[in-house]
Amino acid sequence: MGLLIDLDKCIGCGQCIEFCPFGALEMVGGKVEVREGCTLCGACLDSCAYEALIIEELEATPAADESYRGVWVFAETKDGEFSRVAYELLSEGRKLADARQSELGAVCLGHDIGAVDSLIAGGADRVCVVDSPALADFPEDLCARKLAEVILEYKPEIVLAGATALGRSFIPRVAAILGTGLTADCTGLEIDPETGLLMQTRPTFGGNLMATIICPGKRPQMSTVRPRVFKPDAPDQTRKGGVIRLDFNSEGVTSRTKLLSFVEDLAETVKLEDADVIVAGGRGLEKPENFAMLEELAGALGAAVGSSRPPVDEGWVPYPRQVGQTGKTVCPKLYIACGISGAVQHLAGMQTADVIVAINDDPAAPIFEVATYGIIGDLFKVVPMLIDRLKNG
Amino acid sequence: MNIAVCLKQVPGTTKVEIDPQTNTLVRQGIENIVNPFDTYALEEGVRLRERYGGKVTAISMGPPQAEAILRDALATGADEAVLLSDAAFAGADTWATAYTLSRAVDKLGPCDIVICGRQTIDGDTGQVGPELAEILGFTFVSYVSQVEEIDGEHMRLKRLMGERYEILEALLPAVITVVKEINTPRLPSLRGMAKAKSATIPVWGAEELEVDGNKIGLTGSATRVIKVFFPQRTQRAEILEGELPGQVDYLIDRLREANLI
Repeated sequence: MGLLIDLDKCIGCGQCIEFCPFGALEMVGGKVEVREGCTLCGACLDSCAYEALIIEELEATPAADESYRGVWVFAETKDGEFSRVAYELLSEGRKLADARQSELGAVCLGHDIGAVDSLIAGGADRVCVVDSPALADFPEDLCARKLAEVILEYKPEIVLAGATALGRSFIPRVAAILGTGLTADCTGLEIDPETGLLMQTRPTFGGNLMATIICPGKRPQMSTVRPRVFKPDAPDQTRKGGVIRLDFNSEGVTSRTKLLSFVEDLAETVKLEDADVIVAGGRGLEKPENFAMLEELAGALGAAVGSSRPPVDEGWVPYPRQVGQTGKTVCPKLYIACGISGAVQHLAGMQTADVIVAINDDPAAPIFEVATYGIIGDLFKVVPMLIDRLKNG
Repeated sequence: MNIAVCLKQVPGTTKVEIDPQTNTLVRQGIENIVNPFDTYALEEGVRLRERYGGKVTAISMGPPQAEAILRDALATGADEAVLLSDAAFAGADTWATAYTLSRAVDKLGPCDIVICGRQTIDGDTGQVGPELAEILGFTFVSYVSQVEEIDGEHMRLKRLMGERYEILEALLPAVITVVKEINTPRLPSLRGMAKAKSATIPVWGAEELEVDGNKIGLTGSATRVIKVFFPQRTQRAEILEGELPGQVDYLIDRLREANLI
């Protein structure tokens, strides 16, 4: 098993060397050789116009269990309501289920879960509800075990969950219990018309590369999906669907973690992940007091305030406001970047926004490469003008 | 207290850029580094040992050159290090990686805490920590920003869950993933560097770990990468022209037309 070079086909053009993210390919005597460090990521395969690179596997992948049918969405709740991402996934899940001519289900776990009609209006044919006082604080271990149990019983072939803090912490455990594959933080989902497999596309390498991943031999095929990538459908109140209430037997079961207390960090402001409009500031803001100006602009727009990494590192704004690879990933309709140069790590967290406005005095700033509109100028002049026009028409 | 810290060697992405002409990665003498998030995991392991005694073992799965990050770990406070390296481990997805790491944790003997960074900067999945916990049958707590106290069988942790800080009590043994605000990693000490230089770092392969050959590397991976491509970044900003007030008016008109504001 490994990456093989077909020396008859390799012409020594070196194209694949440029593509290898790990620097594991080198030219030796006019042909490419694989060095230590190859992770079999496959980035080089498509780069070769001569099909000289092959990843050889020991055995053919075993066929998947055909008894798995349908698409399921894990409907996350927050403060007693379903998260927006649940509706986004239902909308996308509906398309996948239709492509597979199968049912779309939603599953939710917790306590005092109210009406689930909205999930049916959002596209679900069936909703499974596990409601128990033992699940009130969403103990992740108990919920993971229960969700795995329900999946084994109902056998959906695809399970989608939001790539939220909870989804990315909790869903990998479900996948590990089920012994199946999980693709993190997807931004694209599609059914391969030939194989019927779910093709899951995600950014990797800090957003520098995109990878399409499949799970051919295990079921279900599982993905966490980045919030705000898909648009929720308008609710259809005439849709009909079934509701299944499942028991949770809490006898003799204790969670290994106990929630003692919590504090909302940004309780009073619009949450970044949920915001339609985000105003973000970077090093160009120069000092913490200047974020007040962004708050004012955000107020005029009904927007949330975000930040690139330097203001967080400098202690001007708290970490939960950081957008980027090591902070939050956002996908608003409008992102206004003020004094942000646009390091690739920042772009990784916001470049999927519908419209990006960049305000920066450096015309060479990389932020202009992803922006829709750019104003090259002093943000201390531009931002007050924007506030004035928005407030006074 | 026996503490294991998982580290990964990753390409230093700050130097990775896309050449806009050829649309390929520009790698100017690409250098491998320890995944930045893992340095917080190591520092927390060392701090816990300083508070409660015991031993910190740094574990990395990777090619032979990943030994370099384990030497750095020894120089910055780890007591021991072990490299998991075998051609059969290549191509592992998160589950196969977590399985291989779990065999190493088992082989090390009784373990109280395993600490991982919240995600790597190359794969970005953040899945190995939770999958490792599940395979080991340990408690799992993600995004830990403070270990408040360890008392007998329990530890009290603060974690950042989205916008919410939670205080949790967790039963040991546990796997935790940490966020960067948990600490400030120290620099290597002179004594540490001397120790690291002469240390022998054992290398465990598939045989030493007694792993199931069907659960490691590409063979053991449920997922397959079928295509890797560069994201479309062809869009260039419409750079507004003229006097600033005019630019601002124009921008607001465009945003209003698109119903964005």
